[in-house]
Amino acid sequence: MLRKLIDWLEHRTGIETTIKNFLYEEIPASAGWHQVLGSVALFFFLCQAFTGVMLSFNYAPTPGDAHNSLRYIMTELTGGRLIRGLHHWGASMMIIVVALHMVQVLLWGAYRKPREATWLVGLVLLQLVLAFGLTGYLLPWDNRAYWGTVVTTQIASKAPVLGQYMLRLMGAENGVGVVTFARFYALHVMLLPLVTVGIIGIHVFLVRKHGVAPSAGDTAPKKKFYPGQVFKDTIAIFAAFVILFTLAVTVQAPLGRLADPTDLSYIPRPEWYFLFLFETLKFFEGPLEIIGSMVLPGLALTALALLPFVDRGELRKVTRRTTAIAAVALGAIGWTSLTVAAIVTTPKEAAGQDEAEQIADWQILSAEELAGLGYFRKENCLACHTLGDKGKAIGPDLTASKRTAAWHISHFKRPQEVVPGSAMPPVSLADPQLNALAAFVLKLKPNNAQSLVDAPQDVVDGAVIYQRQSCGACHQVNGRGIKVGPPLNGVKDRRTRAWIIQHFRDPQKLSPGSTMPPYRFNDRDMERITNYLLALPDREPAAAEE
Amino acid sequence: MCEPAQPTRRRFHITSIYGLWTIISGALGLPAVIYLLLPPRTRHRDEWVEVTDISSLSLNQPEEITFRRTRKDGWKMISEKAAAWVARISEQEVVAYAPQCTHLGCAYHWDEKQKNFLCPCHTSTFGIDGKVLDGPAPRPLDRYQSKLEGTKLLLGPVVQSDEEG
Repeated sequence: MLRKLIDWLEHRTGIETTIKNFLYEEIPASAGWHQVLGSVALFFFLCQAFTGVMLSFNYAPTPGDAHNSLRYIMTELTGGRLIRGLHHWGASMMIIVVALHMVQVLLWGAYRKPREATWLVGLVLLQLVLAFGLTGYLLPWDNRAYWGTVVTTQIASKAPVLGQYMLRLMGAENGVGVVTFARFYALHVMLLPLVTVGIIGIHVFLVRKHGVAPSAGDTAPKKKFYPGQVFKDTIAIFAAFVILFTLAVTVQAPLGRLADPTDLSYIPRPEWYFLFLFETLKFFEGPLEIIGSMVLPGLALTALALLPFVDRGELRKVTRRTTAIAAVALGAIGWTSLTVAAIVTTPKEAAGQDEAEQIADWQILSAEELAGLGYFRKENCLACHTLGDKGKAIGPDLTASKRTAAWHISHFKRPQEVVPGSAMPPVSLADPQLNALAAFVLKLKPNNAQSLVDAPQDVVDGAVIYQRQSCGACHQVNGRGIKVGPPLNGVKDRRTRAWIIQHFRDPQKLSPGSTMPPYRFNDRDMERITNYLLALPDREPAAAEE
Repeated sequence: MCEPAQPTRRRFHITSIYGLWTIISGALGLPAVIYLLLPPRTRHRDEWVEVTDISSLSLNQPEEITFRRTRKDGWKMISEKAAAWVARISEQEVVAYAPQCTHLGCAYHWDEKQKNFLCPCHTSTFGIDGKVLDGPAPRPLDRYQSKLEGTKLLLGPVVQSDEEG
């Protein structure tokens, strides 16, 4: 039955012959473990394509939304963190494997006649892989992405004559923005994949045309590609995949804060594989800069491209190709020292976080609870209840109350129905406000009453505004609220008062792509809500009791 | 030339190739399937929206009301307009129906003469209690979760009716 189906397919398409031709290709007897890297690189390309498509199913390719949707992928979708991890670390693995593949070809002299074209096409593929890394870097639209791309586009703009055109092509004439994003996205998911598939096709075709390169002096009879070499390729691919999978599971791919063009404290650093270029740049200043950014990389690529036309003598055994070994060693040492130097000179981020912050009890209340304190004061509850050293002890001590929220709310509404004979007047507030008041009363404890009653009035008023505007529908404070926009704890370290006020009035001006609506508070309210935000502690309290 | 002297070695190679590729495909495919099919772990609490005052709603006289509600749509919080048919089906009981026919989602309306809900698409009709009277609708009208606070009607999420029509 199966045989019949295969025969039918073979007759109509010739697929079986094609696969057999591919698998039973003859390869030199000397082929072996050193030649598995090309297959591994091809595997990573397919793996990146697969995880990339998966990400794109839940990714919104515009600034702002990009960040939101990526956070959604990583925090709300099961398996999303893993898929992003595979794609993120897969990019790094790809670079490593492609570099090792090149080094192998270099050491064994496999680029030599008649394989010059294969080598040149490989050099194009190397640049395509780097272009994937460069364009993909912007797509999370966090600070890292934004500032990294600012530097990239600035470097490109320094090119003599062409600089301005390059900048225009990247849509970055007026800084990195929506146009840049669209261009990088289109490159990353449309143009580069198409071109790369085509060029990989040519590369593989050329490898097949000339056959796998034999080692020096290999005159033994040829062997088949399948299953011996396919087995070796598979083992190598599997090992590389295990490393990638482990990385994706154990090390979370970074997603920083939403890109912020006004954040002057951010120190941009490129991805690790570009650090050597970044460090090289430091040696050249002013007009000489293009030597580091373009002339040297250009020379290096040219030298690599010329290699098969220079190395034309008799092929020696790999162990005796001393010039190649020395060149590779020198390159590796140079690359490593530049990269290490770049890492060492990177300042530690956010060193100030170590200082222990004194957090008052009222600072760890949720916005609702703190707003409850606002209503507590407004309704003049202290006229009959004590809190710390304030108030009159006419009614009961609230810090000792063991009632539930529901009890409190019905008691606020109709005190005498719940506690017959009570002298308490009903609290005439709307339901959400009563909820807040009850939430606040529930938080009262003998040991925090003094701190709560001392909370600054402006800040408490700010919490009331926060609650009234339902800021918690998109923001988190002390771990409470919905995480659509950025959590607000620690905003005092990230932003200035002026920034926050301006951001309220016109969010998109300061955070392009933000989905926050503008808020036009009057001056007094603006001050209150800003005071509230600036009073939030740096980090949400560990394990907020629920 | 496959060395005929080593059939076991050859078999080992082939088994390994198939085995390892199966593992790789599984490790990539399974998370992808989970990622695409499992619903998001959303931490959004359903909220109650105060939609109308029902003191003017008379018995057996449903009214269509519109209101705004916020809802999480993928990675976005959106504020959208929503509609409900509110009906007082007895002195004490007020229900709110989702405004789509349970057949294929067309918007139905209240037929004043026949005193039932009529869907214009495939003429499904529903009684004021939401039960299917006629037509292809597979189940009664879906209801919003609702509660009354005095005369104020609060609506929560829509619950699909599971009764067979």
